[in-house]
Amino acid sequence: MSLDAATVRRIANLARIRVAEAEVATLQQELNGILGWIEQLQEVDVSAVEPLTGAASMALRMREDAVTDGGYVDRVLMNAPDRAGDFYAVPKVVE
Amino acid sequence: MMLTDLTLAEARDALRAGDVTARNLAEAHLAAIEALNPRLNAYVTVTADQALRQAAAADAALAEGKAGPLAGIPLAIKDLFCTEGVRTTAGSRILEPFVPPYESTVSANLLRDGAVFLGKANMDEFAMGSSNMASAFGPVENPWKRRQDYAAVLVPGGSSGGSAAAVAARLALGATGTDTGGSIRQPASFCGIAGIKPTYGRCSRWGVVAFASSLDHPGPFGRTVQDCAILLRSMAGFDPMDSTSADVPVPDFEAACKRPVKGLRIGVPREYRMDGMPEEIELLWRQGLDWLRDQGAEIVDVSLPHTKYGLAAYYIVAPAEASSNLARYDGVRFGLREDGEDLRDLYERTRAAGFGAEVRRRILIGTYVLSAGYYDAYYLRAQKVRALILKDFTDAFGKVDALLTPTAPSAAFAQGENMDDPIKMYLNDVFTVPANMAGVPGMSVPAGLDANGLPLGLQVIGKPFDEETVFSVAAAIERAAGFSALPSVRAGH
Repeated sequence: MSLDAATVRRIANLARIRVAEAEVATLQQELNGILGWIEQLQEVDVSAVEPLTGAASMALRMREDAVTDGGYVDRVLMNAPDRAGDFYAVPKVVE
Repeated sequence: MMLTDLTLAEARDALRAGDVTARNLAEAHLAAIEALNPRLNAYVTVTADQALRQAAAADAALAEGKAGPLAGIPLAIKDLFCTEGVRTTAGSRILEPFVPPYESTVSANLLRDGAVFLGKANMDEFAMGSSNMASAFGPVENPWKRRQDYAAVLVPGGSSGGSAAAVAARLALGATGTDTGGSIRQPASFCGIAGIKPTYGRCSRWGVVAFASSLDHPGPFGRTVQDCAILLRSMAGFDPMDSTSADVPVPDFEAACKRPVKGLRIGVPREYRMDGMPEEIELLWRQGLDWLRDQGAEIVDVSLPHTKYGLAAYYIVAPAEASSNLARYDGVRFGLREDGEDLRDLYERTRAAGFGAEVRRRILIGTYVLSAGYYDAYYLRAQKVRALILKDFTDAFGKVDALLTPTAPSAAFAQGENMDDPIKMYLNDVFTVPANMAGVPGMSVPAGLDANGLPLGLQVIGKPFDEETVFSVAAAIERAAGFSALPSVRAGH
């Protein structure tokens, strides 16, 4: 599978990263290099193999459904690039 | 002898005997940082005032007989661990202004035990890299030099390059790192120090900036195996804040360093021979096996047949998880913001300005392999290969107690080398990635020098939650190797 320029633009769009038109060709070449190298996995017989999602061979723990944290708006907002009162501020979304 | 030349264990004992104070130790290290960090760039943030305050508290605790196991021990903290009130960048422009309002569990455990934090260590951006060349805050210089090419500036490895360089150059007695595909073990090998990636779940990931959550492992660096054991005991432990933290007791790793290896069965995986690997690495590997045999271990050939697919599977799984984890950097709640015409424009401009080239590549690969129509061909297949890699280890550990391999396929390379093709850089991790895929513990221990006088490490891989055997085997190699070479650039030199 090889990526064309349109697919590179589509992925960048999905990832919400602005890519300059001049960078598309270089990225296309780099990504295809990596994907081409990854193709070697097609050699492996994975029929009847269950996928492994993580290295922790344990069941997820249950916990009380209770509020155990919170109530410090200023700490939560201390790194906000922009705020309005107790809220994060962003450019206008709805006209 | 300079205070910066003490091992962590020696410093601990000297503090308890009253031969040195925590203030002496902190001041000696801060002076060394002031002298050498402008050149090495191992620290991105130095917290001198905080270190002196923590040292004063440690001296008071020592005087009262209430000192924790690490009281007064000066450490470097990889800039991936959130430190309350101290900027945490993950080596990225996008987190350049970020000051965490909380402390990571691992660093909080170290503070609980009395450690002194000298500052935050440089690293590849978001821990993605094997050279520290991908830091937004500039590369780190490896304190070691090639005998035949003294002028060349070598990389410390990565991603925990600043941590490894700081410990090697005596700018800290120990350091924290994280290892997602080799980011503790490969820099330890390149810088002639020890480093362990423990079992997945042993050290909490809470408060560690996420790269690939199912592969990220916090762990320590030290100049000796024993120093790593002391640090890991403090860093490890169950944490309800991390859903994958293991609720298992933390053993006395330091005691395990003294255990004999007599009677242990050590596996040699035949697949860990790579074309183009320097002969001196192959010879050092054989030497390591001889050292263990001489101490009474039995050497057994084993096979890990899916080793060669580890890297390719990793470069699907890790970018997939990264593309998801890094979606949070949107310029809205914390970190960098680039203003835009609307919200979407703000996202796209912020992420374009904030992420470096390697991070962007991996986010794009991850986005692609998770996108509709490609998930099964790439991501699901990689997860199945991951299962086969784990099965390889499980089968091998049915026959042996630990494995011995080289840590990396080369010694430290120069800045600028391996930069023309991303895959060349990825190949650095060929021997370290499988242990991340399987979650088993792996440790690099300095074992010898190449013809250029550069350090080479050997890797000990153990069974899940059996770091004790890993420490005892690594300590046996350390004893036999008698590694005493020193980097050219170090405190006082």
